[in-house]
Amino acid sequence: MQIKEFLKKLSEASGVSGYEAGVRELVREEFSQYADQIRIDTMGNLIALKRGEATQAPRRSIMLAGHMDEIGLLVTKLEKGFVRFSTVGGFDLRVLPGQEVIVHGRRDLPGIIATRPPHVLSPEEREQTMPLDKLFIDVGLPEEELAQLVRVGDVITLQRQFTELAGNLVAGKAFDDRAAVACIAYCLQHLATMKHSWDVYAVATVQEEVGLKGALTSTFGLMPDIGVAIDVCHGNMLGVPEVDTVNVGGGPAIAFGPNIHPLLYARLVETAKAFEISYQPDPTPGPSGTDAWAMQVTREGLPTALVSIPLRYMHTTVETLSLKDVERAGRLLALFIASLDEAFAQALGLKSE
Amino acid sequence: MLLLKELSEACGVSGNEGTVRQVILDAIRDRVDEYRTDALGNLIALKKGNGKTTRKVMIAAHMDEVGLMIMHIEKEGSLRFHPVGGIDDRVLLAKKVLIGENKVPGVIGAKPVHLLEPKAREQVVKFKEMSIDIGVSSKEEAERLVKVGDYAVFDVPFVELGGALRTVKGKAFDDRAGCAVLIELLQDRYPVDLYAAFTVQEEVGLRGARVAAYSIAPHLAFALEGTICDDLPKKGDTSPTTVLGKGPAITIMDRSVIADRRLVELLIDTAEKNGIPYQFKQPALGGTDAGAIHLSREGVPSAVVAVPSRYIHSPTSLLSLNDLENTVQLMRQTLARVNDLDLTR
Repeated sequence: MQIKEFLKKLSEASGVSGYEAGVRELVREEFSQYADQIRIDTMGNLIALKRGEATQAPRRSIMLAGHMDEIGLLVTKLEKGFVRFSTVGGFDLRVLPGQEVIVHGRRDLPGIIATRPPHVLSPEEREQTMPLDKLFIDVGLPEEELAQLVRVGDVITLQRQFTELAGNLVAGKAFDDRAAVACIAYCLQHLATMKHSWDVYAVATVQEEVGLKGALTSTFGLMPDIGVAIDVCHGNMLGVPEVDTVNVGGGPAIAFGPNIHPLLYARLVETAKAFEISYQPDPTPGPSGTDAWAMQVTREGLPTALVSIPLRYMHTTVETLSLKDVERAGRLLALFIASLDEAFAQALGLKSE
Repeated sequence: MLLLKELSEACGVSGNEGTVRQVILDAIRDRVDEYRTDALGNLIALKKGNGKTTRKVMIAAHMDEVGLMIMHIEKEGSLRFHPVGGIDDRVLLAKKVLIGENKVPGVIGAKPVHLLEPKAREQVVKFKEMSIDIGVSSKEEAERLVKVGDYAVFDVPFVELGGALRTVKGKAFDDRAGCAVLIELLQDRYPVDLYAAFTVQEEVGLRGARVAAYSIAPHLAFALEGTICDDLPKKGDTSPTTVLGKGPAITIMDRSVIADRRLVELLIDTAEKNGIPYQFKQPALGGTDAGAIHLSREGVPSAVVAVPSRYIHSPTSLLSLNDLENTVQLMRQTLARVNDLDLTR
């Protein structure tokens, strides 16, 4: 598995929150190469189990969660041959004018989020951001034809071809959070050549962007001993203070704060140092905004951690990251998992029955 | 129209039209009697008349597109830019561009929504606050790939959408649509000497057309454009300027020219006699090469015919191939009759 090729396939696939089937099959195909067992739960989470080598009870397990859903749009109305829409997940509306999309009607229809040319606009109009009720999608069809092919409730995916930039950086849509899915696949690939005692549940979760819903339900169903979410975090960019970002290319960011069990943090950092994998501390004083927040308080609760891939321009179609960071995160997770043993379980206070 | 795809995907921002000129030259070289490139880069081709005429008709279509120029490289490697031609700031965020001769890919980034104050989301980000990310982390690395002064275009592939209007989307339909029409017209010979002027720098002030008209000294002229098509649902009674699918748009008056009434009547009459759909472009909007041509020397009767194109001056525009073909038809039939037009006052 090459990270770049797999990430490209994932990125260009369609899988808006609640409609992840388009991308799930790609994940299933990849994860099944390393898994002993694979299934899809009621919500649509993809759950792959790679068994550990431990022979004595109790079996310990770690769950890795990376969400495969992306933010997108939904058809709300057809108006004179154009499509009105609302958002699924968090959007800055200012990145939408001129963006290309695919409307998943009775067939996939490429389209554009419409704009008015500068020639017809007054200077005052150009100073105003376009609100949702002024935005339309044009798929280039006359009104009657549109009505045959598109309905209220049809899903719309943003469109962007995966792009290679200089120096191992790549740009595209839905790297939040498919970069994590690629990272987990890479981790599993590594684990296949290593010994590990604990069982590994690799879960591509659904509906993270609309409330961490896949994480909530999949964790409940698996109830692992520990959970690690893999997500993306803000990468350095011009105009954003350094305090709010980590460096793209500086290695995975390891979170610390109330959402994170300190022993998991310590073990991750120890592993990174021991194997000389670049990493960056990621102080997280409150909710992490990731699957880890839901995982931590499932049933009676479990120790959780968060490893993030630095990413610029989050929630746009030009999200930018370093492939090296994905690789480092994957390797870090594999080595971390390989280090898990019964002594660590005891240190965490996990039950021994 | 396969040629529209090649024209659309070619890169030629105002001042750097060479690549587009080459595509056009390759297409017309065997169809014309003479051609030359002038000091500004205009490609002027002559298709001699098939009769005893001495009437010279100039048809202009501009090769340049709006784009960006790299102005400055920041210490940490990102690129500051300035639009070339008129581009609304609001279409720039989160778009992909190709920079320079080597088409180095870059992205115009935007602050993540998570880090924005609620009030900030209401404010338009100006191009001066934006930058292009090419994936390097220092000025030195950037300078190995791009340089200040490089042109950048939007990276937009041409796609056929189909449907009853046979729509297509791609960049720069203003004015590669006009260029595509003009190339088609050069297939035939007409009763007049046809000077096809593929002009430069229309978007920065109708510059190429001005000098081309001077050197050709035509008796009359047409400008072919990809024009404003603003037929989106709107509150209030605002004209769409033109409507997709209703045929070539004839200009009565825009910001740069009042079209010669006699040419306009000829166009209308030709359309009606041949059953070609047509529409009028809403008056007083936009400017075209005709604006420069009609004031050349002592004046040149001029008119404008355009293919309605949605979203011009933004990364991806959209037009109907039905409109494009009807524009070719209208011009072809008009050129067959224009020698007989009485231009005496």
